[in-house]
Amino acid sequence: MAKLLDKQRYKCALGAMQTVQAITRAIPVLHSGPGCAQKLSDSIGSSGYFSPNIFPCTSINEKDVVFGGVKKLDTTISNALKVIDADLYVVLTGCIPEIVGDDTGEVISRYQDAEKPVIYASTAGFKGNNYKGHEQVIDAIIDQYLEKADEKEKGLVNIWADVPYQDLFWLGNIRELENLISELGLIPNTIFGYQRGISNIERIPKAEFNLLVSPWVSVGNMKKMEKKLGIPYLHYPTLPIGAYETSKFLREVGKFARVDEQKVESIINEHEKYYYYLIERYADMFLETRVMAKQFSVVADAQYALGITKFLVNDLGLVPAKQFITDDTPKAFQEQIKAEFENLNYGLKAEVNFETDSYKIHNEIQSHDYHGYPLILGSYYEKEITEDMFGHFLNISWPVQDKVVLDDFYVGYTGGIRLIEDIYSVAVQRWN
Amino acid sequence: MALNLESSNVATRENRIGSITGYVGTLNDLATQSECGTLKGCSRCFSQSSTCLSGCALGQLSAIRDVAIIHHGPAGCSVASAGTYYLDKVMAKKRGVTNNTVYVGTDMNEKDTIFGSADALRRIILEVNKRYSPKAIFVTSSCATGIIGEDIDSVVDDVRDEIDVPIVAVHCEGFKSRIWATGFDISDHAVLSSIVQPPKQKRNTINFKNFYESARPEIIEIFKNFDLEPIFLYCNSTVEELSHISESLATTCICGTLGNYLGNGLEEKYGVPYIRTINPLGIAGFETWLREIGRVTERSEAVEKYIAEQRAIYIPQIEEIKKELKGLKAVLGMGPGYTFEVSRVLNELGIEVVWALAWHYDKKYENGDIPPSMEYLLENGVDFEASVADQQNYEVMNILNKYQPDLYLSRHPGSTVWAIKNGTPAVYVADEYMIFGYKHTLEFAQSVLDSIHNRSFEKNLARRVKLPYTEWWYEQNVDKFLEEAKK
Repeated sequence: MAKLLDKQRYKCALGAMQTVQAITRAIPVLHSGPGCAQKLSDSIGSSGYFSPNIFPCTSINEKDVVFGGVKKLDTTISNALKVIDADLYVVLTGCIPEIVGDDTGEVISRYQDAEKPVIYASTAGFKGNNYKGHEQVIDAIIDQYLEKADEKEKGLVNIWADVPYQDLFWLGNIRELENLISELGLIPNTIFGYQRGISNIERIPKAEFNLLVSPWVSVGNMKKMEKKLGIPYLHYPTLPIGAYETSKFLREVGKFARVDEQKVESIINEHEKYYYYLIERYADMFLETRVMAKQFSVVADAQYALGITKFLVNDLGLVPAKQFITDDTPKAFQEQIKAEFENLNYGLKAEVNFETDSYKIHNEIQSHDYHGYPLILGSYYEKEITEDMFGHFLNISWPVQDKVVLDDFYVGYTGGIRLIEDIYSVAVQRWN
Repeated sequence: MALNLESSNVATRENRIGSITGYVGTLNDLATQSECGTLKGCSRCFSQSSTCLSGCALGQLSAIRDVAIIHHGPAGCSVASAGTYYLDKVMAKKRGVTNNTVYVGTDMNEKDTIFGSADALRRIILEVNKRYSPKAIFVTSSCATGIIGEDIDSVVDDVRDEIDVPIVAVHCEGFKSRIWATGFDISDHAVLSSIVQPPKQKRNTINFKNFYESARPEIIEIFKNFDLEPIFLYCNSTVEELSHISESLATTCICGTLGNYLGNGLEEKYGVPYIRTINPLGIAGFETWLREIGRVTERSEAVEKYIAEQRAIYIPQIEEIKKELKGLKAVLGMGPGYTFEVSRVLNELGIEVVWALAWHYDKKYENGDIPPSMEYLLENGVDFEASVADQQNYEVMNILNKYQPDLYLSRHPGSTVWAIKNGTPAVYVADEYMIFGYKHTLEFAQSVLDSIHNRSFEKNLARRVKLPYTEWWYEQNVDKFLEEAKK
């Protein structure tokens, strides 16, 4: 039922056009009103090979609402194939065609023999948010484009993580996950970002397993691939940030992929040595910065709320105040995620709220005693209230206005160091 | 125009003033056809995404201080609230004021599309009012609520007794019009019908409709010369200020597309004269506009004195820089409130316009005349190839590829980047005051020079990127997908 969405932190399912945009040379074709793409795009960092104003769109008008927009969809797809040089055309339906009942599937079926693949996903805005839309697009690829492979490629692993563009660090994170998997001697396969695209999609069925690094997003996609393509999956719910979680991650993936245990330990050892060389040099900063309280809150989607909480507790020895998950996590996953927050070092448990109403989140933050200047990692909405509390603010979740990220990342050992750099670049601005 | 403030619905620009989004030809032909009534817009059988009128409507309303916008629809419709939050904070900070405007969504889901959600909307309105005590509340629809027939007017009427500030329904279905500027009219209509009060006294004020008031301090200074005080709308406006705009001596606007509904509305309803000249961009624009303000407010003498002083400072400098600009060829793509105004300034600076794209075209303004910017060009014998396209990027790129101009100018985000990928230097005429008055005309001329003097960025980039269009498309005529008007 409709609810008060106060300071919203996600988009609608059609926001999945950004998932398509993140696949190089794949283009979303929108069966929607004229302005949906512009609204759902981010104002910076969207001008790649395709940008939202390149996306073909049926630009539904009043007449189409009455008479249906099927004909316009057909000419839009057929001409998009002529005008736009893409490898994959993904038709995304918005609210209007789904309410008036346009048979998009029937139109798409006319393009089965087209020179380039044309698939479609149902992404009406009222069907869920862009996390859900992201899953719809991946489902569409599995259902309409992929076939079971006759043979597997030894060591090939598909890696899946959170939602491109919604996740500020999506590009850097997935590359770093690839690097970590490569070090284990496995061959990573991902479909998003630079030099990834249709050929990576075609390789998906050959993988020995799927690795999902997300608390809940894409679990359904993994199950679908297991069933249709016979690919087993490893679900690692925590985004590994910093030494503690990344080493745990490598051990778990190593075990699942039957990588020699000693090899895994030696990789971990090398990384931890350098990591702690840096930490040792900056230990004075952690101990002697006067302005940082021990308590913190993260306001983000499940991925960052969990990943950052584990990092700050298990690596840096901070203490969690209440944490807030703002991605409208489906009920079915909430208990599982909660359990992860209760599984921290020294038996620490973090209380976590699944909350999309920011008014309530802000009230809780403002009424909590952080025993000093708090550290708040969240969206741009938390900037002002953190400043009011003389706290330290880092903009890590959507909406982002306080930080520009081209390919920075928080994943892995290096990512943990980057996050420390970002947090303390804020903290050192003040003396007391 | 016939203003009907009793209804919360505004007719679209297409229906009200015959606006179009599809045309290829020349400026002269466009004007002639508009005048004799034969102009029919074309539709396209292939189009790219453009802009939603709700963004324009709610972008305007949400810039007013301490109000509430309640956007009834799925989360994607209200996503603009994130940008609004940022913009309101930074714009208020720059002015040294505070703005606690809230813009919320209702996260409508599938069940709501079947059973409706009027009750939930009612509760949400009351809760927002309780939380934030806004000074006015705008309750707005979306495509989804529009199609299922959610009656937001009734919900608003129903809660009116429980809310002691102005509350009004704002109809923002994106499919209603291909012309996003209809959204500006929608916001003006909401302000006129719910906030503006009849005049109690006359004031020495001028309503100045703009976007982000970057030239506010200097315009205040200019108007002091004439004992006039500008009231900038709607960015950082207060509801109290808006309630008095019927008491001003005149209304003016930095962009005809943005301001004509409010300007005409105030004139029609309260007799506040609307300054209908070419806009204050470039030399002729600035002088014509100032003189009209002088005439309407009976301050011509002070205006002439000011013009003479300023000319002495700036005209020699502008003449000097013109020598370096002479002979440059430009293509431009902007909203019609700017395309034909900027074309005039380019002509003034000696830059030749080879093709002008307007994102839409209003055949007539609310008073029935053709747009003054257009009239000026025709009277001065300026003609060029022109087209009307709602930001159809493939058409822009086709034109840039054929003409290879020295310069591309655009005002909308996401347009200039494609020119530089084509290797064409581009000037993003983002700020509405970028060419305002003598001073900014000089600055603008300098930015054009700077842009063409160092072409490193675009050349570096263009050499390394592939454009997203097929060879086939570049071989086609730009009007390939325009369909004859069916009326």
